[in-house]
Amino acid sequence: MKLRIGHLYPDLLNLYGDRGNIQCMKKRCEWRGISAEIQEYRLGDRIDFENLDIVLLGGGSDREQRIVCEKLKKIKSDFKEYVEDSGSVIAICGGYQLLGHYYDTSEGRMEGLSLVDLYTEQGNPRLISNIVIQNDHFSMPVVGFENHGGRTYIGENQPFGRVVFGHGNNDDGKTEGVIYKNVIGTYLHGPLLPKNPEVCDYLLKNALERRYGNGELMPLDDKEEIEANTYIAKRFPG
Amino acid sequence: MKLRTMFAILSARIVQKACRMAGRQGVTLAGKVAWKIDPGILEKLAKQVKKETIVVCGTNGKTTTNNLLCAALEAEGKRVICNHTGSNMLYGIVTSYVLAAKVNGKLEADYACIEIDEASTVKVFPHLTPDYMILTNLFRDQLDRYGEIDTTIEILKRAIEMVPDMKLIVNGDDALLAYLAEVSGHETNCFGVNEPVNTLLKSNEVRESGFCKKCGAKLEYEFYHYSQLGPYHCPKCDFKRPRIKYNAADIRLENGLAFTVDGKQLEADYRGFYNVYNILAVYSAISSLGVPVTNLEAVLQRFSPENGRNEKFRVKNTEILLNLAKNPAGFNQNIDSVMTDTREKDLIIVINDNAQDGKDISWLWDVDFEKIDDERVQSIVVSGIRGLDMRLRLKYANIPSVYIEDVKTAIEDRIQNGCGNLYVLVNYTALYSAHKLLKKMEAGGKV
Repeated sequence: MKLRIGHLYPDLLNLYGDRGNIQCMKKRCEWRGISAEIQEYRLGDRIDFENLDIVLLGGGSDREQRIVCEKLKKIKSDFKEYVEDSGSVIAICGGYQLLGHYYDTSEGRMEGLSLVDLYTEQGNPRLISNIVIQNDHFSMPVVGFENHGGRTYIGENQPFGRVVFGHGNNDDGKTEGVIYKNVIGTYLHGPLLPKNPEVCDYLLKNALERRYGNGELMPLDDKEEIEANTYIAKRFPG
Repeated sequence: MKLRTMFAILSARIVQKACRMAGRQGVTLAGKVAWKIDPGILEKLAKQVKKETIVVCGTNGKTTTNNLLCAALEAEGKRVICNHTGSNMLYGIVTSYVLAAKVNGKLEADYACIEIDEASTVKVFPHLTPDYMILTNLFRDQLDRYGEIDTTIEILKRAIEMVPDMKLIVNGDDALLAYLAEVSGHETNCFGVNEPVNTLLKSNEVRESGFCKKCGAKLEYEFYHYSQLGPYHCPKCDFKRPRIKYNAADIRLENGLAFTVDGKQLEADYRGFYNVYNILAVYSAISSLGVPVTNLEAVLQRFSPENGRNEKFRVKNTEILLNLAKNPAGFNQNIDSVMTDTREKDLIIVINDNAQDGKDISWLWDVDFEKIDDERVQSIVVSGIRGLDMRLRLKYANIPSVYIEDVKTAIEDRIQNGCGNLYVLVNYTALYSAHKLLKKMEAGGKV
C-alpha cells in the first residue's frame, strides 16, 4: 500500500516545524510497511489532487501568506472537489485561515479557499501559549503550541477540540480548530502530529479508507510520543 | 541628582555582591535596581564614553562577536565597556555600565561594545545613541517572543531610524540585513564571503525567506554557505547583494579555522564556519573605527569564548566541549562541528523552554538531527525541561536516545560511562547552569 502526501508551498508556509508533521506521517506509514511518497508543490506548480491522499497546508508569516493567497484562486475548484470527495487535509495556523472565506487584516482582506465555512479577523494581542485541547474521539488530550493574531469563527462547524488550556479559535477560549469531512484545521503546531500520534493515525486511517476501502492500522509502540504528550497535558492542566 | 546617581551605583554594587554570595550572577538585577533609583543613569554614563559605542545585533554570534571585539580593542590598549556575560536586555546593559563606573558617577572608557537583544533595541537606543551597529544575521529564533521574523525586521528598522548618524556594519550575505541597510539609507560597510567553501556535510536545512523584501519575487542564489547566507540577487528588481568591502578569502576549516581578509591571514582554534563571520565582523568593525589592527592575530590565538560558547573542559579523563545551540541555524552549525570531529564521542542535548529560550520549541523539528546518525556518535542523552520532546524528535530521525531529566546526573553519567570525548549542546537557559557545573567539576570541587 502507498499513500501520497502533498505538501503545499513548503518554501513559503513552513514557519512552525511543519517538516515534523510530514516526517511523522511518513515514519508512521513506514513503520507499518506502508510506503509514503511526499510531493512538495511550489507556487505555480500544477497539483494533481486526484493522486493525493493527504494534503498539508502549513503556516507562514502574514507576508508569505499574502503571496500564497493571491495564487490560490487557480487551485480553488480542484481543491474543493478533493475536500468534498473526502480527501484528507491537515491545515495549520496560516493554512487553517486559508481554508476559510477570508482573513481580514489591518492591511486589507486576504481571500481564502472557501473550503470550509469559516472566517478569520485580525485581533490584538497575538494569542501565544502552550495549548491543550480535548476531543472525545481521541483517548489522549491533543497538545501543542499556538501563536496567532487571527481570531477564527467556525459558525456551526464542529471544532477540532474543546480548549482545556490556552486560547483556541478566538477570545472566547472555548473551541479550537475545525473538523469538516476529512479536513482538520487547527492553530496547534509544536509540531502537531508527533506528540499527538492519534491525530496522525486518524489522518492516515481516513486516507487509507478512501483509497483502499480499509483503514485498519497496525498498532505501534508509542511510549516516547505518549510520555511527551503527558508531560505537556500535566504541566498545563487547565 | 548627582547624589541619586551615586546611590544608584552603590546599590547596584551591593546587589551584585549579594547575588554573587548567593551563587547567582545578578547581572540583570543590579542594573534594574540602579535604573529604578535613577532612570537617567544609562544616558549619563553612556555619554562619558570617549570614542565610539558599537552595538551588536543579530540572531546568532552576538556574544562571541561582541566579546572578541572588546578583546581586540583592549589589545590595542583601549579601555572598553562590554556586557561580557551576554545579558543583553535593558537592565543587563545598564549593569555593565553601572558596575564599570566609579561611585562618584565617573566612567573611564574609550569604547563601549554592547550586544543587544533585537527586541530591546528600541528601548535601549534612546539612552545609548550608538555610533556603529553590527548586524550578524537573522535566523528563525524564539518565535513566540517576536511573533515572526518580519516583526524583528520592523523593530530593527525602527531602531535604526532612531539614531540617524549611526553607521552600519552588515553581513552582506544575509539578504534580510542587506535590505534593512538599504532602506535605512545609513552609511554601511558590508562583510561577506564571495567564494563557495567546501563545507562538510550536505544539508537539508530550512532556509529563512528567500524572497525579495523589496518586490516579493523569489531571490536567486548562486550558492548557499549555510542557512540563507550566500550571494543572491532579485530577478525582478534592482535588489542584489551589496558590495562586499571585507571579504573572507581562502577559508580553511580543518583543525580550527583560517582565512585572509585585506591580505591579512587570520587563524583561530575554534570550529565552525559561523566563526568566520564572527571574526570577519570584528575585523570590519575595527577597520571601520580606524583603529590600527596590529594585535588581532594574537587576540584570536588566546581568545577563549566565554560562557560556554565552544568552551572546553576536562573532567577526570573526559574531554568536554560545551556549546550553545538555540535555533536551527545555530544547531545545524553545531552538528557540523561535532561531526567534523572524527573520533568517537558521546552527546548530551539539553533543551529548556523558559521565557528566554522561547516557550515554543517546534524549531527542534527544523534541525537536521538526521546528520548525527553515525556510529562514531556512541550515545545520546537528552535532558532539560523539554528533554522528552528532544527524545521524540530523535526517534523520528531513527536515532535512539536516553532521557535523564537532571542535567548534572546526565553529565556525571557520561563522564563515568562514556568514551572520554563528550559534547554538551544546550539552549539558552541551560547554558549558565551547565557552565557553572562543568567549571566546578573541572576544579574537582564538590558539585
